[in-house]
Amino acid sequence: MTTGIGARVPRKEDARHLKGKAQFVGDIKVAGCWEAAFVRSPLAHARIRGIAKPAGREAQVFTAEDMADLRPIRCESTLPSYKVSDYPALATGKVRFAGECIAICIAPTRAEAEDLAEAVAVDLDPLPPVPDIATALAGDPPLLHEDWGDNLFLTTRHDGDLDEAKARAAVVIERSYETARQAMNPMEGKGVLAQWDHRAEQLVVHTSTQVPHLIRTGLSEALGLDQSDVRVIAPDVGGGFGYKCVLQPEELSVAWVARRTGRAIRWTEDRREHLTAGANTRQHSYKLTAYADAEGRLLGLDADIWVDVGAYSVWPFTACLEAAQAGGNLPGPYDLGAYACRTYSVATNKPGFTPYRGVARPGVCFAMELTMDAIARAVGKDPLEVRCLNLVPGAAMPFTNVTGKFYDSGDYPAGARAAAKLIDAEGFRARQEAAAAEGRYLGLGYASFTEQSAHGTKVFAAWGLPLVPGYEQAMVKLAPSGAVEVRSGNHSFGQGLETTIAQVACDWLKLDISRVKVTMGDTGLTPYSTGAYASRGMVMAGGAVSKAAEELARRLRIHGAHLLQCAPEDTEIRDGAVWNGQASVDFAAIADAWYLHPDRLPEDVNTAGLEVTEGYKPEIDTGLFTYATHAAIVEVDPESGRTEILDYVIFEDCGRRVNPMILEGQSYGGAAQGIGSALFEETLYDASAQPLTSTLADYILPGPAELPGFRLGHAETLSPYSRHGIKGVGEGAAIAPAGAIVNAINNALAPLGAELTRIPATPHRVLDAILDARAAREAAE
Amino acid sequence: MKPAAFDHLSPESPAAAAAMLSEGTRILAGGQSLGPMLNLRLARPERLAGLSALAQLRDIREERGRIILGAGVTHARIEDGDSPVALPPMLRHVARGIAYRAVRNRGTVGGSLAHADPAADWVTALTAMGAEVVLLSGSGAERRVALPGFVRGAYRTALGPQEIISAVEIPAAMRDALWGYHKLCRKVGEFADAIGAIAVHPASGHLRLVAGATGGAPLVLSGLGDGIARSGAHPGPAALRSALAAALPGADRVKLQLLATALDRAIAKVIPA
Repeated sequence: MTTGIGARVPRKEDARHLKGKAQFVGDIKVAGCWEAAFVRSPLAHARIRGIAKPAGREAQVFTAEDMADLRPIRCESTLPSYKVSDYPALATGKVRFAGECIAICIAPTRAEAEDLAEAVAVDLDPLPPVPDIATALAGDPPLLHEDWGDNLFLTTRHDGDLDEAKARAAVVIERSYETARQAMNPMEGKGVLAQWDHRAEQLVVHTSTQVPHLIRTGLSEALGLDQSDVRVIAPDVGGGFGYKCVLQPEELSVAWVARRTGRAIRWTEDRREHLTAGANTRQHSYKLTAYADAEGRLLGLDADIWVDVGAYSVWPFTACLEAAQAGGNLPGPYDLGAYACRTYSVATNKPGFTPYRGVARPGVCFAMELTMDAIARAVGKDPLEVRCLNLVPGAAMPFTNVTGKFYDSGDYPAGARAAAKLIDAEGFRARQEAAAAEGRYLGLGYASFTEQSAHGTKVFAAWGLPLVPGYEQAMVKLAPSGAVEVRSGNHSFGQGLETTIAQVACDWLKLDISRVKVTMGDTGLTPYSTGAYASRGMVMAGGAVSKAAEELARRLRIHGAHLLQCAPEDTEIRDGAVWNGQASVDFAAIADAWYLHPDRLPEDVNTAGLEVTEGYKPEIDTGLFTYATHAAIVEVDPESGRTEILDYVIFEDCGRRVNPMILEGQSYGGAAQGIGSALFEETLYDASAQPLTSTLADYILPGPAELPGFRLGHAETLSPYSRHGIKGVGEGAAIAPAGAIVNAINNALAPLGAELTRIPATPHRVLDAILDARAAREAAE
Repeated sequence: MKPAAFDHLSPESPAAAAAMLSEGTRILAGGQSLGPMLNLRLARPERLAGLSALAQLRDIREERGRIILGAGVTHARIEDGDSPVALPPMLRHVARGIAYRAVRNRGTVGGSLAHADPAADWVTALTAMGAEVVLLSGSGAERRVALPGFVRGAYRTALGPQEIISAVEIPAAMRDALWGYHKLCRKVGEFADAIGAIAVHPASGHLRLVAGATGGAPLVLSGLGDGIARSGAHPGPAALRSALAAALPGADRVKLQLLATALDRAIAKVIPA
């Protein structure tokens, strides 16, 4: 069986996970390691009057005053109007969200550290809170950062001319949409273990991160250490989703305390900390006006987008990536005539916004797709037909859209039609009518989107962020045994990169994947990578491994040819050997010649040997665009408000599928998270910005019983701009479920006159919409 | 999320456990609700008296026409029918729907009743079944309190300061009862948003209709129940809604709708609408 690109290879990492032998930060055993607990703010907005350490235990408690030499997290951006926030590892002067770290306490066990944290007396002077966008933008609001004069991190504008669209429009759709604040809930929360290595004269930090090299950069800058004095190791990581792609204040505190005390210190986030201090994503608010002709062709779109970004800018993505992406991605896969959009990144007393799988697109897709259905209803056409009228067709590729996105390849209407066929949209209408005759409410909904993956240098440079990814590097080497080692500074945290980049190496080197050892996540052992985010791992790390493996294959053929006494061009690689006709020399013999018997090699041998490091980026920096249409059939129970997903299909084109099985897993997992957004997940706050959903009894995640059996279909349009035609796919499936499911709910509830515009579509909201529609109907009669 | 320090006590008998109770001592009877409260430090007892080692509390038997479940019997044993005497089908059905199997493996019927979470299953289901709770004091004295009456409100019961629940007694006739139990919750295993329960045993004249997860004690709808007993007819959703609205003046329209739906569907299992 081949284990190269395209093979359904079981994941290399699964054996250790299934046996419970994986090594997460919490599993690491270090002699003398103490555990940390944080004193966290009980209030959302307050001035700190004083912090009293428990008498006799002062040496185990540290506050911002102790850490005067630690720089705050400060994320610059060159975007006009952007305001910088200083995010200290431990609150300084003020607290700006409930759950913000105020002090770190260390003890031999976590329970003792928590006892200590309880004994720290924090004297807070409450300030008026900013619990939401409305309060933040009201006249004379309380200010989070007083020197700003307002509560806006950033505003952006896209000033398209809508006059013609307005003049020609046969229908005008106006809607407001809301998406809930969420916590990402990776199975493993944050975790960090820091210690000083006297032999290496290095701070060694094991941390649960997607971006080990970036964390090394960030930690070094904050601690005032040279980067060579810091080694960051991301061991097994139990899910990232974006939550772990930024520098964490807890990483700074733990590293500082380890350095100061000379003791190994570990902190692991518990679920309550995650659900409160980690509730940092997804919350958008939209006001949209769409102009369409009588056929349903979109002529123009006017949008205001507010993002509730919380108190602080995260490093290196700022508080503004979300709104900037929302404004840029709202037009989605559609060929839109004219577009005007204003975005507002609004500071509130909540945890600082962090990009979550899909970054802004789950929100914009929800808003755009509900608007497409509203247009379809207004012009009396099937939502699929209205979509296909507006989607960018294959003949137009490559296509630059109204916000300058360069869609590299594909056929978007064909994808939407394929999804409709897969879910049997034609047969559904009869099914829907038959159900209606029994008093049951079935609905079908679609959502289409594009996923910009592996966007690179120019895109990030335009955002003016501290991070601008360039050439991704990887090392591929033939070990003395004839096995292959792959090293990448990217990371595998559940998305299977450990397996898929090995497959790329196998593709060039024609050996079984069991002979490929992959090392990732350790800054001491791997070339620099900005890490795993923006669906870039497969394109970037895969591309770099491909390039390095190709070069290694070339050198193997040269060495092999010498040993076979033929010309390199007369050789080929297969089955872990270099062949000339029926003669072969296996990799072990080639390795043996290089490492132990160089006398067998020619005088003019390439002294770089059998170890290759290459850098790679795609031919374009604007990203490779995966696209998909999701379609859902739901049944809504109008008496209980419950929504059951009866069928769910995903038709996706992500270019070359490196491992179809892993891709399917990514689709299932992403869609499950999207269903969480659509129907279940919501961080609730009271008027004082206190989080009300601090346990999993209150914050509802979907479980297996709530998820449908997903059905998938694929097209495989290779990108002309990336190695092997690969496009990124990690985030995509999380983007569309809310749009597809709420469109299906609205389709089901149409006979009752109810329409939902807010997620999650909880039973409570569904019943409210039905009861409101009923009340309106009765009032009209 | 680690509990504050506490001492663990191992009483030698149920009465001894009751005698241990004081201001700072609580009973640990499965810990599936108390455990998280300890970890969140919402509960901070100085001492916990654990009941799991007391075999007497795990006994299931039948006497005087009553099935007697020891307070320490787990939900999982009821679910599995792991009992020397046959258990009523309604009891097993309700047990199967409590939280998740991991919770059912440790959670106990007595622990659930003593905790008296309004959204939990046993307080409502056992009310419908006409069960009685056996309370044991530190002196060894027993008294029986019927459901309803045992649950006084959200997290409030008739338990005295030095009493524990030793057993629950269910009429053996419940084996032959007609019953309906419908729970609405956000996802499988979550606490209920609304529960409807009905148990009917015509021969013994038992018919009880109960709304659960009301936010307070289970609500026995005796007027509607009597009407069903007289007419043998499903009262219909409108009558359910108005009875609930009258009984729960503070409930919002969605809560009333959910409770009416749960009751409607529970009754429909016994009498088609």
